[in-house]
Amino acid sequence: MWYYEKKLQYPVRVGTCNPKLAKFLIEQYGGSDGELAAALRYLNQRYTIPDQVIGLLNDIGTEEFAHLEMIATMVYKLTKDATPEELKEAGLGAHYVNHGKSLFYENAAGANFTASYIASKGDPITDLYEDIAAEEKARATYQWIINLSDDPMLNDGLNFLRQREIVHSQRFREAVEIIKEEQGKKKIF
Amino acid sequence: MTQENRVPESYYTDLKAIQAIDFTLVELTLYLDTHPNDFEALRQFNSAARKSKALRSSFERRYGPLRQFGHSYSAYPWQWIKTPWPWQV
Amino acid sequence: MPTYRKWFQPYVSPFDPCPPLGPVPYETPAQLYLGFQRPGMPQFSPFQSLSHGTLWPALYTPYTDPYRGKRRPA
Repeated sequence: MWYYEKKLQYPVRVGTCNPKLAKFLIEQYGGSDGELAAALRYLNQRYTIPDQVIGLLNDIGTEEFAHLEMIATMVYKLTKDATPEELKEAGLGAHYVNHGKSLFYENAAGANFTASYIASKGDPITDLYEDIAAEEKARATYQWIINLSDDPMLNDGLNFLRQREIVHSQRFREAVEIIKEEQGKKKIF
Repeated sequence: MTQENRVPESYYTDLKAIQAIDFTLVELTLYLDTHPNDFEALRQFNSAARKSKALRSSFERRYGPLRQFGHSYSAYPWQWIKTPWPWQV
Repeated sequence: MPTYRKWFQPYVSPFDPCPPLGPVPYETPAQLYLGFQRPGMPQFSPFQSLSHGTLWPALYTPYTDPYRGKRRPA
């Protein structure tokens, strides 16, 4: 079971009214390496991963939903006061026609979210390597968005999220060592 | 356009204090998931959890419930549905 | 301490349609070098930790746009 907590993990601030950035950020909402795909990937893998690392997948998967909410907050703040004309100029005209101002699980190019983003092979090493790659892909995506964004306040939140990918990648790398069952033999932790 | 339910300036600083200690707890949780026998980290985790609990109960007395489904108390009338929601502040 | 950004220079052909942009950067953050994290590593304070996105300086790898200031004259 999950409980909602009425707070963001990190204080999100958006400095400038630039709906164009919302168009880029939506990649991390409903894109292949976005936060939704990450959350669903790890929580789904929990059931078939060795017992020693279930907790880690459970907890990182849960944290990803907090990140999804941060991205949603950024998109919401950037679009809520935009006129239809401004949305059109931001490249969101087609989105507006289809969805109005509501958020939608789609990538930056407007392609719908799909279950095929969520890798799940059922082989523990394969799945953990997939997870490490997913974290690196999300980190790279944050870098590309930061390169395109000129809003320092927004970038502050994006830098936090990018750093979380690094920490998650570190923990998944440790999970690989744990299920190789060599870790305990070398050193007591 | 002023709103009567606008949060006071103190809301942001008080919230940030909880976000900071809770973030330490997130980091220690993931660390302990792969280092379950690190006794020092475990002690730090329990002490941060106590601190978070104290901060959160004083925050909730001032601004309303943070947690759902009975993990926070509510004054009358039902406070949970009151704005602002996290993405609105 | 390792460096967290590397560069490579792609082959430049006299027939390339655009002027070369120069060396191409890529990131090599801390998790590639840390190994299984040792217990008792130095920590940030809770507030510093929140703003850095990690509790441990050893995992902190900040990022800046490598193309900043490298824009071509219009």
